[in-house]
Amino acid sequence: MNGPDMIAVEGWTDIGALAEIPRRGARRVRLPERTIAVFRTADDEVHALEDRCPHKGGPLSQGIVHDCAVTCPLHNLVVDLATGAAREEDGGSVPVLPVRLHEGRILLDLRAAARRAA
Amino acid sequence: MTETTETRRRLVVVGNGMAPGRVLERLFDLDPDGWQVTIFNAEPRVNYDRIMLSPVLAGEKTYDDIVIHDKAWYAERGITLHQGCPVAAIDRAAKRVTAADGTTADYDRLLIATGSSPVMIPVPGHDLPGVIGYRDLDDVERMLTASRAGGHAVVIGGGLLGLEAAAGLKAQGMAVTVLHLMPTLMERQLDQAAGWLLQRAIEARGIAVRTRANTQAILGEDRVTAVRLDDGTEIPADLVVMAVGIRPATALARDAGLEVNRGILVDDHLQTSDPDILAVGECVEHRGTCYGLVAPLYEMAAVIARRLAGDADAAYRGSITSTKLKVTGIDLFSAGDFAEGEGREEIVLRDASLGVYKRLVIEEDRIVGIVLYGHTADSGWFLQMLRDGTDISELRETLIFGQGFAGGTPLDPMAAVAALPAEAEICGCNGVCKSTIVAAIAGKGLSDVEGVRTATKASASCGSCTGLVEKLLSLSLGDAFDATAPKPACPCTTLGHDEIRRLIAAKGLKSVPEVMQELEWTTSCGCAKCRPALNYYLLAAWPGEYADDYQSRFINERVHANIQKDGTYSVVPRMWGGMTSAKELRAIADVADKFGIPTVKVTGGQRIDLLGVRKEDLPGVWADLNAAGMVSGHAYAKGLRTVKTCVGTDWCRFGTQDSTGLGTRMEKMLWGSWTPHKVKMAVSGCPRNCAEATCKDFGVVCVESGFELHVGGAAGMEVKPTQILCTVATEAEALEYCAAVVQLYREQGHYLERIHKWLARIGLDRLKALVVEDADMRTALFERFLYSQRFAQSDPWAERVAGRDAHEFVPLRDFTVKEAAE
Repeated sequence: MNGPDMIAVEGWTDIGALAEIPRRGARRVRLPERTIAVFRTADDEVHALEDRCPHKGGPLSQGIVHDCAVTCPLHNLVVDLATGAAREEDGGSVPVLPVRLHEGRILLDLRAAARRAA
Repeated sequence: MTETTETRRRLVVVGNGMAPGRVLERLFDLDPDGWQVTIFNAEPRVNYDRIMLSPVLAGEKTYDDIVIHDKAWYAERGITLHQGCPVAAIDRAAKRVTAADGTTADYDRLLIATGSSPVMIPVPGHDLPGVIGYRDLDDVERMLTASRAGGHAVVIGGGLLGLEAAAGLKAQGMAVTVLHLMPTLMERQLDQAAGWLLQRAIEARGIAVRTRANTQAILGEDRVTAVRLDDGTEIPADLVVMAVGIRPATALARDAGLEVNRGILVDDHLQTSDPDILAVGECVEHRGTCYGLVAPLYEMAAVIARRLAGDADAAYRGSITSTKLKVTGIDLFSAGDFAEGEGREEIVLRDASLGVYKRLVIEEDRIVGIVLYGHTADSGWFLQMLRDGTDISELRETLIFGQGFAGGTPLDPMAAVAALPAEAEICGCNGVCKSTIVAAIAGKGLSDVEGVRTATKASASCGSCTGLVEKLLSLSLGDAFDATAPKPACPCTTLGHDEIRRLIAAKGLKSVPEVMQELEWTTSCGCAKCRPALNYYLLAAWPGEYADDYQSRFINERVHANIQKDGTYSVVPRMWGGMTSAKELRAIADVADKFGIPTVKVTGGQRIDLLGVRKEDLPGVWADLNAAGMVSGHAYAKGLRTVKTCVGTDWCRFGTQDSTGLGTRMEKMLWGSWTPHKVKMAVSGCPRNCAEATCKDFGVVCVESGFELHVGGAAGMEVKPTQILCTVATEAEALEYCAAVVQLYREQGHYLERIHKWLARIGLDRLKALVVEDADMRTALFERFLYSQRFAQSDPWAERVAGRDAHEFVPLRDFTVKEAAE
């Protein structure tokens, strides 16, 4: 529980508008310890995952988004956006962060992010 | 009435729309004598069916047809109705409302039902005469008046109301353009596939639709004359209808000190922060949601009526909303939540020939979302199951076919071919249509592709329609035809690459959602395999017309640099024919220093690679390289990479031709074109072949008498020597033959199929027949290539330095401390 001080913000933090992420795309949110990939699906679902492929650490935020999944740009591992799990046997998984939409704004639970980083 | 007033409690209603109308209707059914009701209505009318405004606008109904409660109805119930009389203030302490004209009324309970008002985008000119919202009968009358003069109408907003307004105005004889900010229509209610079908249906009615259209200003002096978009386009307009959304009308409640967020806050009893004041309809916010559709308003109204009638248990817990577009001839329905999610599955049915698209989203054996297009007869059945949370596991196999389904055969994977019209061209090379082939199969008793080839010439030239011919044989002969079906392009389809390419051309398909709908994709938005392929096929089929689908490109082609294992990028500027200069080298060195680029390497294609560039530095790196005259080397592209050269007659004592010059001219002609896979070339000045032209996709070996043209080499995963295409005498011929080969590859290659694999498929003889022996074909290919290059040759780096796709290069948020060095 010794996450970085500067992000010990209580609860949800507004990280931007939904419109700032292209449909079937992703944007990155930089935290001191690591980077979060925030995805927007074709249906305007928003998901936040650590920006590291469970395979070789590729930046998932740079992948092609399809359905509720992203294909990693480095070696094409398909990662489920809702669960963070690879869509293949023993593919591992990546931490998912609580994220929600409120009136077109994206709220990320940075406290959870800090806890996980710790 | 007066004799009973003392015994009744006093209910004052602000607003007389559909929600309070329904409250009163129910209340008088439950408790005819409990309340003395006074209504203040800003509109000078009785309660009418607001959702039927569109049929009034379209001329299908009149005002009288849509009245819900006439004056007699109010009189029979002893209701005092103040029409055209907006309420100005609520005195909560005295429990009294005061109207703008000074009329007052005391209440025991107050019901606020002020509804909503249209959102007017505050662009310059939004207050000009001729710019209106779409909310009430006055708006409809304004539109009808304007339409009598004819002219142009622009509807801003491609949602439910906007499209209904557009259809109505079109029916009244105006030329109508719909502007919509998002890429697809009604994106809040529909997924992309249904949105695209809707757009096609709207356009088929003669209404112009512009998506991704951002209104910058409304132009005009005394009244509106045009709408200007942010890309500078001006669309003439005699009438502008804003239909971008609604805003709950909360001013009265706010002034009275009630708690208001987006709407007036109510609890499950629809009670505001003042226990004597209730609120209903579009003006309220319940559990964070404001509703703009009629069904939830009616559900709220029923709860309020029960509470006023003394039922303390009545509670409203939110609504599942459904949407139906009221445009005659377009059947569209959506309900629930159709987003993807953990544990969610979808059942998709597409019938391209009937224009039907159905999608059910299933979670834990229950329907949670519904999108129906073209065939909505089962919407009630699906919606009921959604509302009831019916377990559908028993029905699952046939669920999507609807309530009336009883037995039947599984979907035919060849439906796309079966659905082609008789005159659809199957073989583009020889102009053979479907009916000719089907007639030949039946008339001559043909049973295989070879027979069809001989009889009709279909698939006798380039061969890319072989798959379609096989399908026609199979359709005609049934089990008697044994085709080794081509491998599907990806798990989202049963079609192979050739068939997809042919069908894109034959059916005139011009967007990714269109292809997925018409060719009956089994997933809603494809996968990382098919999306880049479809994007390429569309780009190659419709040069200058198709708008690239950015999100269907691999990251390297999205950001015009190569992603590396650590997430940084490499940058390779173009060096024409491998030539560089002191100035360019100095600029490259400066860029490496300035941006702290750790690795600088010479590539196998005679260029310099800057490795380890941070993504956010890319535009800066490009700007500096551009300033020194360098452009993207497309080292990341499924397109022309390099043309490697030797120094030829410039310096070499063995050189027979100007190999460096020819290589540079080839590169200048070919750069920027998208191809199925990467393309590497080389020009050697003599048979010693120092540029290694005989293991390239296309190579030229200069000889004393001219130029030996080589094709189909590879030196990657497989090492393949080239085959000799022919020898030509002049440089101009070498260039034309080269472009013709590349164009044929662009038109026939499967996505991610290198030239040597494509060549193995069609055979060198076929390539020679088309490019060497058929001069007309060669010229046509060359011209098609040059035409498509008109839209391909702009430096992607310069475009991004100028600001394109800027979101790509900065994080959404950065919580790290900026380093001083930056």
